[in-house]
Amino acid sequence: MTNWLKRPASETQITHGQRLWLYFVATVIMILLVAPTIIVMPMSFSASQYLEFPPREWSLRWYEHYLSSPAWIDATWTSLKAGFLTMCVATPLGVAAAYGLHVSRHPLGQFFYIVLITPIMVPVILIAIAAFYVFVQIRLVNSLFGLVIAHSILALPLVLIVVSAALKSYDMNQEMAARSLGASRFTAFIGITLPQIRFSVLTAALLSFLTSFDEVIVAMFVSGGDNSTLTRNMFNALRDQIDPTIASISTIMIVISSTLLILSQLFGKSRD
Amino acid sequence: MSKQDALPISISGLTKSYGSLFALDHVDLEVKSGEFLTLLGPSGSGKTTLLMALAGFTRPDHGSIRFGDEEIVTMPPHKRGVGMVFQNYALFPHMSVAANVAYPLKLRKVPKAEAAGLVERALETVQLGGYGERRIGQLSGGQKQRVALARAIVFSPRILLMDEPLSALDKNLREQMQIELRHLHEKLGMTTVYVTHDQREALTMSDRIAVINHGRLMQLDAPRRIYERPANRFIAEFIGESTFLKLERKGGRLNFAGVELEVDEVPEGRNLSLVVRPERLTILDGTDAGKTNIFPGTVKDLVYQGDTTLAYVTLADGTDIAVRAGMRSEAAIEKVKVGERVALGLKSADVVLIPDEER
Repeated sequence: MTNWLKRPASETQITHGQRLWLYFVATVIMILLVAPTIIVMPMSFSASQYLEFPPREWSLRWYEHYLSSPAWIDATWTSLKAGFLTMCVATPLGVAAAYGLHVSRHPLGQFFYIVLITPIMVPVILIAIAAFYVFVQIRLVNSLFGLVIAHSILALPLVLIVVSAALKSYDMNQEMAARSLGASRFTAFIGITLPQIRFSVLTAALLSFLTSFDEVIVAMFVSGGDNSTLTRNMFNALRDQIDPTIASISTIMIVISSTLLILSQLFGKSRD
Repeated sequence: MSKQDALPISISGLTKSYGSLFALDHVDLEVKSGEFLTLLGPSGSGKTTLLMALAGFTRPDHGSIRFGDEEIVTMPPHKRGVGMVFQNYALFPHMSVAANVAYPLKLRKVPKAEAAGLVERALETVQLGGYGERRIGQLSGGQKQRVALARAIVFSPRILLMDEPLSALDKNLREQMQIELRHLHEKLGMTTVYVTHDQREALTMSDRIAVINHGRLMQLDAPRRIYERPANRFIAEFIGESTFLKLERKGGRLNFAGVELEVDEVPEGRNLSLVVRPERLTILDGTDAGKTNIFPGTVKDLVYQGDTTLAYVTLADGTDIAVRAGMRSEAAIEKVKVGERVALGLKSADVVLIPDEER
């Protein structure tokens, strides 16, 4: 142990001993970040009527309650459908926008980039209110289609940012080489560029799915009835009755999101 | 691939401007069928813009480009059927060597078995036979360049374009590849347009050199002519070393610092300067005779450079001129000391005159 403290921490002269404060701060920050997420997990296995921590008795009753409730299951399907469709809309659009802005030498390119990422700069509630007013006019409130449009607006900037970053480190000459060898621009993009930025495109797709799947504010405004999302129903349930079903649903959502993120990291590892 | 398949390129009035800056300024250029033509110029001269216009990646504002009889100035790059080698290789790192080379064949829907044969042959041509299964990341710089070359020639294009393909290689490998490319061109015979800013590379490889500056074609000639008979001051400065001596015109004669110059012929027109290459001057030891121009001066500096010794001599009008003495006159130069007066000789056949330019 004392040996370890005296050894250099990396390719520097600083020892682990001198870095102890850093390890401490990093650990505290990680706990603060993760603890609120982790804490719902034991709560979901409680036998109690109410949310409590730590649970006095363990049971799976709230998982059973969730799985046997048609309302919750319908809402889950709505959320999964909305997430999947948002991914299908936002990913190609975002990739196309990132490619176009990357290749274009248009003087307004930077301006268009900022316009496209405004949805993550303005408060979501404004987008929700705006979407609600527009959707009332064109009768899209409470429709899956409207929800997917609104969620795609939120997801598109993420796709744009992730894919633009990938294109910056990609050698565009390869696409020129492919075109000189007989590939049309589209063929060159699909066959040469896309395979090399696929990790970023997958990450972007995943982020757009999660943007929709985890989203509650826009969903509060524009989803409802048969097309209520899981998050919307959870929010309502929290307001009406405090019931550990929420904790079990949260746990399931955490597992889904983490699994997807871990998968994407594994994809990233195998990219070379 | 035989020489008859090669296509001539005919460029006329080609113009491309970016704002008020002309990258190409009414360029007219004929590349002969099967010729190795080098576009030589400093960076920003327009040589790359011209190559990109040939490849189809730059759309000129005006002018025409014809491959053979076909006007291609608005044709998209993938339909032009030219092979192109890029400066940084531009290989596809997610594919094997063989898949890289097979890519143009795949696009042309060549049957697999036939394609495999063509790929292997192209790899053998660039001396990489048996490297097909390698990953791009496992190759050295020189090998990458060979793969890029194989990929550009595997579909037997009638025109081959190369954009400074050797600039990323170290000096020895670069010189070796220059010779190899030259041999390859002799073997394949496709019309080749090669871009470089390296004058030695251009002199080594080309059938003809097109010197380009400020988007204009300055001179189009065989390497020997470009070096020995530069058309203007820019070319004389850019290619090889030169000293310029300002001449006075007196009647039908030319004088330098009051001494009349022996010239084969005196061109008409404007004021002229004499272009002197350091290796064309000799340090006279009194035995030389004949039609030789003599420039007296004082030795200012002697620089030993291994294969040669360079002497800087201050002439009567105060100009410093460089004299390069190779192996032959090494003995002569060894006798020379800094501060001594010497006489420099220049044969009348080596006199190169260029018009003075307002600078």
